[in-house]
Amino acid sequence: MLDQPRGADILAAVSKLLRETLMPQLPANAAFQARVAANAIDLVAREINYGHAVESEALGRLRALLSRDGSLQELETDLSGRIRRGELDLQSAGLAEHLWLTTLDKMKIDQPAYASYRRTIEVRAGQQQPRKED
Amino acid sequence: MNAMDNSFSHALETMTARIVPGARGIANLRRLSAGATLETWSFDAVDGERMLHPLILRRSPGGLRSAESLSLEAEAELIRVLDGSGVPVPAVVHTLIPADSLGDGFMMTRIEGETIARKVLRDQQFANIRPHLAAQFGAIRGTMTKVDAARLPRLPFKPAEVIVARLARRYEALGVARPVFDLTFRWLEQNAPAPLDKYSLVHGDYRNGNIIFGAEGVRAVLDWEVAHIGDPAEDLAWISTPPWRFGELDRPVGGLGSRAQLFDAYEAASGERIDPARVHYWEVLGSLRWGVSCASMLEWFTSGRDPSVERAMIARRVSENELDLMRILTGTD
Repeated sequence: MLDQPRGADILAAVSKLLRETLMPQLPANAAFQARVAANAIDLVAREINYGHAVESEALGRLRALLSRDGSLQELETDLSGRIRRGELDLQSAGLAEHLWLTTLDKMKIDQPAYASYRRTIEVRAGQQQPRKED
Repeated sequence: MNAMDNSFSHALETMTARIVPGARGIANLRRLSAGATLETWSFDAVDGERMLHPLILRRSPGGLRSAESLSLEAEAELIRVLDGSGVPVPAVVHTLIPADSLGDGFMMTRIEGETIARKVLRDQQFANIRPHLAAQFGAIRGTMTKVDAARLPRLPFKPAEVIVARLARRYEALGVARPVFDLTFRWLEQNAPAPLDKYSLVHGDYRNGNIIFGAEGVRAVLDWEVAHIGDPAEDLAWISTPPWRFGELDRPVGGLGSRAQLFDAYEAASGERIDPARVHYWEVLGSLRWGVSCASMLEWFTSGRDPSVERAMIARRVSENELDLMRILTGTD
């Protein structure tokens, strides 16, 4: 029903306007504020693009990990309590992978340029490649 | 200038003329930081056109400050004790008295130099000194360990368990479940360090940003407001936590050097061994402390205390901290 371009595409255009047209014309402090705004717009665009998928995947993993149903918030609270009480730890099946995927999915939206995010993604991609036979 | 600014600059001028020999006025007054409860001002004591003394005023105009901070009088007293101990600090020129009509605070010599970490990490003028800075951080921290605790003003005692317990209360009060934080609290409980025979002065926020650099190296360590008595490993760890690396992942100490450089220089200056496992513990604790602080920014934004875009974006940096904690706890940092 809604027409094209959709929200994320319009936000991308706003970000470009801020960075390429407005920032060069602004004094230093205002240019800094415009950069913060452009970064925020980019984050919101990524949230629109990926947010639904990463939250529904996290919900699926939590249901399997905790063997119960509930909202994402309820299950995260349950998981927190179980970790705090020592019932689950990094050796528990599926926990470390769930926390890695959840954290990396958040970073994909919040700050994909962060150096240790990029390093982690590279290392994980390397581990997942099939070993070449010498 | 409005009337309040006028009475402030007049009071500052009167006080400066009384304290600085030969001074008849002030010039180049400008505010460096805009905290609600702590102001930092830069100005010069002058005699007509002649500059006599570059100065900094740190003052609290009267608002309540965080319970975690020292009073400005205690901070001034601490800096006075450190001046001459080998720890590089600015000279305190005057501690405010009620007759100054300037609130609580103190005046110190302004030391020129660079405090912006990214410039120290990248600018050409620091290229020669950069490889030596991690060792300087260790040597200064080692000199702090040698300061006679009996000479220090009264400071709070904060060993690890006190800091962890307080952090746990702050996290619980936020009311948002963060499984990575719980994993970290659990690790901290299970890996708590043994008590030390001797505790020492801890700066509490020892990192680039609170250090003035010149092309020849560290000129002064600033911002002693959260100083306490505790474990020197806390300072060695804090300067090595991910937020202060600015993307230089392979130079963990402030984005500038290695832990081996830091520890060797610390041991040489203090004459005491440092246990790397102990520093690692404090790196985990320091990273979590940073994360809880970022997480608490959400309340600033939603309550309207600071509804700025910048504050919102800081609140969304918690995930960066969760990633750093995952890397540290799984041994991939």
